[in-house]
Amino acid sequence: MSVRETVESPRAADSVASGAFEMVVGLEVHVQLLTRTKAFCRCATDFGAPPNTNVCPVCLGLPGALPVLNEHVVDLALRAAIALDCEIHPVSIFARKNYFYPDLPKGYQISQYDRPLATAGRLTTDATGETAASTVRITRVHIEEDAGKSVHDRFAGVSAIDLNRAGVPLIEIVSEPDIRSAAAAGAYLRALKQLLEYLEVSDVNMEEGSLRVDANVSARPVGASTLGTKTELKNLNSFSAVERALDAEFARQCALLGAGQRVMQQTLLWDAGSAAVRPARSKEESHDYRYFPDPDLPPLLVDRARIKRVRNDLPELPAARKARYRETFGLGAYDADVLTAERSLGSYFEEVARAHRDSKTAANWVMGEVRAALNARRLEIDRFPVRPADVAELLDLVASGTLSGTAAKRVFALMAETGDRASQIAAREGLAQVRDDAALREWIEQVIAEHEPEATRCARGERKLLGVLVGFVMKKSKGRADPKRVNQLLAERLGV
Amino acid sequence: MSISLDEVRHIAALARLGISDERAQLAAEELTSILAHMQVLTRVDDERAAGSDTDGKTGMTLRPDLGPPIPLLRAPAFFAPEMREGFFLVPRLATHEDPEPSP
Amino acid sequence: MTETGFGSHSPEGTVAEIRASVTAGRRSPRDIVDHSFARAAQVRAGADGLNAILWSDIAVAHNEAAALEPRLNGPDAPLLAGVPIVVKDNIATVGSPTTCGSRILAGYHSPFEATAVSRLRDAGAIAVGKTNLDEFAMGSSTEFSAFGRTKHPLDPRLVPGGSSGGSAAAVAAGITPAALGSETGGSVRQPAAFCGIVGVKPTYGRVSRYGLVAFASSLDQIGVFGAHVDDAAAVLQAIAGRDGLDATSSDAPVPDYGEYPPTLRGLVIGKPREYFPHQLDPRIADLCERALDRCRELGAAVREVSLPHTELAIPVYYIVAPAEASSNLARFDGVRYGLRVTDHGLRGMYEATRSSGFGPEVTRRILLGTYVLSAGYYDAYYAKAMRARTLIATDFDEVFRSGVDVLFTPTTPTTAFAAGSRTDPYQMYLSDIFTVTANLAGIPALSLPIGRIDGLPVGGQLLAPHFAEQRLLGVARLLEHSLGAEAHR
Ligand SMILES: [Zn+2]
Repeated sequence: MSVRETVESPRAADSVASGAFEMVVGLEVHVQLLTRTKAFCRCATDFGAPPNTNVCPVCLGLPGALPVLNEHVVDLALRAAIALDCEIHPVSIFARKNYFYPDLPKGYQISQYDRPLATAGRLTTDATGETAASTVRITRVHIEEDAGKSVHDRFAGVSAIDLNRAGVPLIEIVSEPDIRSAAAAGAYLRALKQLLEYLEVSDVNMEEGSLRVDANVSARPVGASTLGTKTELKNLNSFSAVERALDAEFARQCALLGAGQRVMQQTLLWDAGSAAVRPARSKEESHDYRYFPDPDLPPLLVDRARIKRVRNDLPELPAARKARYRETFGLGAYDADVLTAERSLGSYFEEVARAHRDSKTAANWVMGEVRAALNARRLEIDRFPVRPADVAELLDLVASGTLSGTAAKRVFALMAETGDRASQIAAREGLAQVRDDAALREWIEQVIAEHEPEATRCARGERKLLGVLVGFVMKKSKGRADPKRVNQLLAERLGV
Repeated sequence: MSISLDEVRHIAALARLGISDERAQLAAEELTSILAHMQVLTRVDDERAAGSDTDGKTGMTLRPDLGPPIPLLRAPAFFAPEMREGFFLVPRLATHEDPEPSP
Repeated sequence: MTETGFGSHSPEGTVAEIRASVTAGRRSPRDIVDHSFARAAQVRAGADGLNAILWSDIAVAHNEAAALEPRLNGPDAPLLAGVPIVVKDNIATVGSPTTCGSRILAGYHSPFEATAVSRLRDAGAIAVGKTNLDEFAMGSSTEFSAFGRTKHPLDPRLVPGGSSGGSAAAVAAGITPAALGSETGGSVRQPAAFCGIVGVKPTYGRVSRYGLVAFASSLDQIGVFGAHVDDAAAVLQAIAGRDGLDATSSDAPVPDYGEYPPTLRGLVIGKPREYFPHQLDPRIADLCERALDRCRELGAAVREVSLPHTELAIPVYYIVAPAEASSNLARFDGVRYGLRVTDHGLRGMYEATRSSGFGPEVTRRILLGTYVLSAGYYDAYYAKAMRARTLIATDFDEVFRSGVDVLFTPTTPTTAFAAGSRTDPYQMYLSDIFTVTANLAGIPALSLPIGRIDGLPVGGQLLAPHFAEQRLLGVARLLEHSLGAEAHR
């Protein structure tokens, strides 16, 4: 029998207008850094290796092993902190967060605590259909190591521990409670994800756990300046889960407050199935992490030269790229937005546009056919078999009149399926446009024979039927006929 | 300042040390007596000592983001108490057991 | 076994003598190994054995000796060619168990080796055994070992000191001319003093801690024992220097520790008054005075100085060290290695494993350390102790800046005490009263024999500024030479 605890949710909820309250949200985002090796040892960070194969004395927490910090971790964390406009601290300290858990090999997590790498930054989000442009202050950016993985459903009665992930570097980005709605939380997260992707700090993949979000949420009467009691939401597996969980929890809190009850400070798990929160069973009788500076790691010193180098090496950020797309490629605001939403899509577009030269067509194709194909196949763009040069070749064939627009779409579909080049497919499938008059006349005669009444009416002066007949010829040619020439030849033949 | 039996039980729990009541009682007395000797620290002049914890210290040297990993001369299975299919095994976590009815 | 000890020790020779005979082809490394094993068998026989060495394997040692043979030819034979060494059992080795004297690691074989051990092998030394210690190096008597106490080589009723008592006893009993120990608050110097040999605690960061099972990471340092100053100096030479696997190891250059001045002319020796309190055994004070006279004869000036925060050292140490230990020992949880005792669920396994795996002193220190770090007490204890620690370090800085080159003090307030005689934990902690300061300040320190009281050795301690090991060893060598046989009378 299972007795599931539930959080208090007064039935009066519906009668209380949450309009009387304001949502106050702060987000804690954990981001796995894109390094080759772990934070404190030389083990690989590959995802998906057999259990306990990317391990060594350090990340297994063997007696006598010691941590040594990976320089690239510092540089990636700095990249994020600089892009978030943070104040970078010349001295930061690693601390030990002590607690027992089987996937925490040393019995403590190495994490920055009261002396983080960076503080006091901000992230500005653009206006969208639902939310106005806004700036969310960043409390801090700090470096820490990940724990391993506990698998509870693999073997009966026991938990299985895989330490491949133990010691993988993370940064935690903590926002101030500046977010006022679920939609604004979503906008913040999308902007943050986009920024981190551009910075090549992380592959920001929520499914693989390289981006994780916890939310602190409270409700207060509109106009109040003090904060209400907050709850912490965990188990948020997607941005939409964040938004739905925030709305659900806010409604629960409003109902409590509206009924004159109090919100209890606690950690809640979002259950996507039941679309409700439930309290997390606490791991400890009380959370007393006994933080203290890790004596194995001297202070991390970040000098001006390092900050300058990282700053100079910053990749182009979304806003700058958007402006450049409008300027160099002559794109409109909407197209520039869509193409810069993900760094990799934009880079793909740029390659197509450079090779094909007609950037507007390139943009339409990447935003249309390419994105549709990726979505249909649930593929990341870097694993898409059709490379930008292949798309450019296809567009060249259309521009030169070798392929019709309709045929080009069919060719593209086959390219995505087979990975073959456009010219190969066009030749193999006989999709190249037919402009040979003899062949066209043959189709025209067949169409006239099959649609005699229309042909006769057209010849008698119903010119609008000419288009209909051209359509029949196009259909008969499976789209290969050059419609302009068909039009001319048909008009000649019918004497109109 | 004396340390109570409850405090000893609390820190023993934090440290995952299963100790008997008898041992806890003894520990409470020992710790109280040891910490009594620490009272001399209350005379430390914080002003004079403050701020010097990191000043002048050298920072840590960093390592390049390169392998190869430090080799294990014996595989985990050689020293692990219990392994199956490459995983370390532990008793099922309480948070993942079938929940017991709340009192 | 008699109460007069384990018989006269028959040293095979100093490090330099062994190296010379091995490289000249007069002795084979295998002969040297056999001699060490024979001596070890002599002293450990019977229930009353010395119990200095926990694990040794003659086949492994023979293999190491054989592997060394090809490297003995040629002009560049390694520094420690053929020298047998014992290693404290909290330092990771792959040829033998690494147990830290604890039930929780009984039978544990490390899958990697400590940097210091690798460097010893590179230098031609042969590890012939792992030595007994207080569990996880927590103790001052080598009584708190899960594998029985080590006895004093001169009198089995006494303790050899600790926590590196096994290494000290092995060298004093003539099993090997040198040994590795570890220091957190005096665990090399104090047993060296008790056993009448030389013990060196290098500057924090001088020797890599990689592979040293951590007790208190900000204080721990691998140290060396030698029958003589030269023996210890040669071993230190082999293991010192930057290691990329230890972020706290220093890249300061390692000078030649074999180099020393002919006299002490121009040297200023400080005599800190806090280390010579009224209660100090007058016989120890007299032996210190005799040693200082010898230094004067060698040309040194002796100046009385003050280290005013010395009284804070034991309280600071017994907050900082247990705090770090409580965290360092969390990894012994029965999940990945070592002892596992099953009980109800995961929580039960943790508690059963750790309570039956750790002995009473380790348990006491984990409780103490957990307490001083816990919410509500951190500022009163740990934060306060860390501030006081800087005051102790500043005392040394100021004295050394004032023109003092080295400090001289007694190593311990007493000679070796009887086993079982220190039952109050805090009284036991006070054995470290003159040694913990060097660990708290991170400076190098050395103990050497300066005479005996009732037949029991007394150690004199030298302290120097950071990375001044060469100076420390130089002074010790001249003093050792000047005292000659008096140091052991
Ligand atoms: Zn590793």
